[in-house]
Amino acid sequence: MRITILPVAALVLCAPACRQSGERERAPAAGEGATAGDRAAQIARGERLVTLGGCNDCHTPLVMGPNGPERDTTHFLAGHPQELALPPAPELSPGPWIATMAGTMTAWSGPWGTTFTANLTPDRETGLGNWTAQDFIATMRTGRHLGKGRRILPPMPMEVLVKYTDEELGAVFAYLQSLKPVKNRVPAPIEPKTAAAPAPAAGSAVTKKR
Amino acid sequence: MVAASLGLALATGGVGIAVVAGATHHPEGAERVVKGAATGVRRTAPGSLRETGLYADWERRQIDARNLAFVPQYPLWTDGATKRRWIRIPAGAAIDAAWVDAWEFPVGTRLWKEFSFGRPVETRYMERTADGWLFAAYVWKANGSDATLAPEAGVPASVEIAPGTSHAIPGEIDCRTCHDAAAPVLGFSALQLSSDRDPRALHAEPSAQGAVDLRNLVERGLIENLPARFMRQPPRIAARDATERAALGYLHGNCGGCHNPRTSLGTLGLTLSYELEEPALDAIATTFDRASRFLPPGLSPEAGALRVAPGAPESSVLLARIRSRSPSVQMPPLGTQVVDERAARLIETWIREAPARAADRIARQPQPRRGDRP
Repeated sequence: MRITILPVAALVLCAPACRQSGERERAPAAGEGATAGDRAAQIARGERLVTLGGCNDCHTPLVMGPNGPERDTTHFLAGHPQELALPPAPELSPGPWIATMAGTMTAWSGPWGTTFTANLTPDRETGLGNWTAQDFIATMRTGRHLGKGRRILPPMPMEVLVKYTDEELGAVFAYLQSLKPVKNRVPAPIEPKTAAAPAPAAGSAVTKKR
Repeated sequence: MVAASLGLALATGGVGIAVVAGATHHPEGAERVVKGAATGVRRTAPGSLRETGLYADWERRQIDARNLAFVPQYPLWTDGATKRRWIRIPAGAAIDAAWVDAWEFPVGTRLWKEFSFGRPVETRYMERTADGWLFAAYVWKANGSDATLAPEAGVPASVEIAPGTSHAIPGEIDCRTCHDAAAPVLGFSALQLSSDRDPRALHAEPSAQGAVDLRNLVERGLIENLPARFMRQPPRIAARDATERAALGYLHGNCGGCHNPRTSLGTLGLTLSYELEEPALDAIATTFDRASRFLPPGLSPEAGALRVAPGAPESSVLLARIRSRSPSVQMPPLGTQVVDERAARLIETWIREAPARAADRIARQPQPRRGDRP
């Protein structure tokens, strides 16, 4: 796969992510007693919210095809491809250019460090397969994993997502859980070089097998 | 959308994003509406600390006598901050302690916690309203002349506490991250207020003048329905030895607020609180030789990772996360930016000595006699 590192003057590329659903029609909530029809309607609503919300912009990698960049359907909403090892992000000179992104749009680098978009498919080991709807809603509501853990990092547009209602987030989650699981372990974020505390070294003692 | 996110990342110091939707900087002293947890009815947090009822005489900084000082035996580490805490229970009301691990506080309950780094930096405030808990933080001026309501998103960098590291005053969502609906009040509980205090508790603070404990709160009628056994025998962690007691106490005070069966993290099956209702060493049962769901950076999933590897602190993810201040690794994930080195040493010792402790447990169990049925 050919990767191009682009300065993010091209944030306009993310314009689709700025679209938001203006709709407010009621979709049935998930839960006991919901019929198959209710469930299908909830998933359909979730698909629409995901599409209009631009989740694919960053969570489905772009590959270069005969007609230019196109979505890699084998990694649909599966985040940054694990097999795609990237060189360190380029260092930018002081000035207005502050961030870069990989041509896949699944890896971003800026003052917050380098981040890789998450696997949203229901794979139990590498995606959201072990999550409950409550886990997902708590995460989106707070910007922290499971509502209490580490922060969701840029460029995830949390300031918009926290505005979603529980019902909307429940529909998004129902749709994500209906996807084909993709086994794709996304790399952990890399801290900025200026971070005060170093991260544990890769392959450190915590990796010791017992 | 993404551009806005990037902008916020810069505005908040470049290492994270302010997650508060529509966060705006509020002028000092301005009132801010706070969303109640129960009904969504919006309440108003006072614009300054002096309006919260903490002080009887603001000019002399004299605490209102209705506000009772308390000192938890296992305090939360906040990068070495010194703290003072008070609670006010409304007249004629009492805390319902029937569920000993999850007290129900009456409407009108107020709590304050003052954080100092050489001087008071912030005072956090929470109030039980009819619509849920209200949270606010008040930022002290450097000269101590006033303390005003913090912006909704908090103050990511207030005073420098170590070279290049500043204390972060929490935003409202940060408050609710730890003080969630299932466990809103932390540090004011039967175990924390027990008169049987752990002499080896880390960062133990001297008792404040007039500080209340579990027994005198019950005797004053401010706690009701506490199971009688906790009056006969004050709550205490039933550990094998002093090191284990202090370690489990530290985990209870610093991790158990989130990692207990009542919060949204209950599905992790990781209990670091000490539950008095059914006393058991959950912090051992749910960590020792248990696979870690979190994989530290660089770790291959095939290599395996254990929450705690008994006898091998260097292989224990729990300790690695306590020792880290990498934003994506550290535990707790917020509220601290400086490693608690004493705690790291205590937990390291506890893990290293675990096999010997386990062997001692087995040795002390009654041995079957010859002829006993298996």
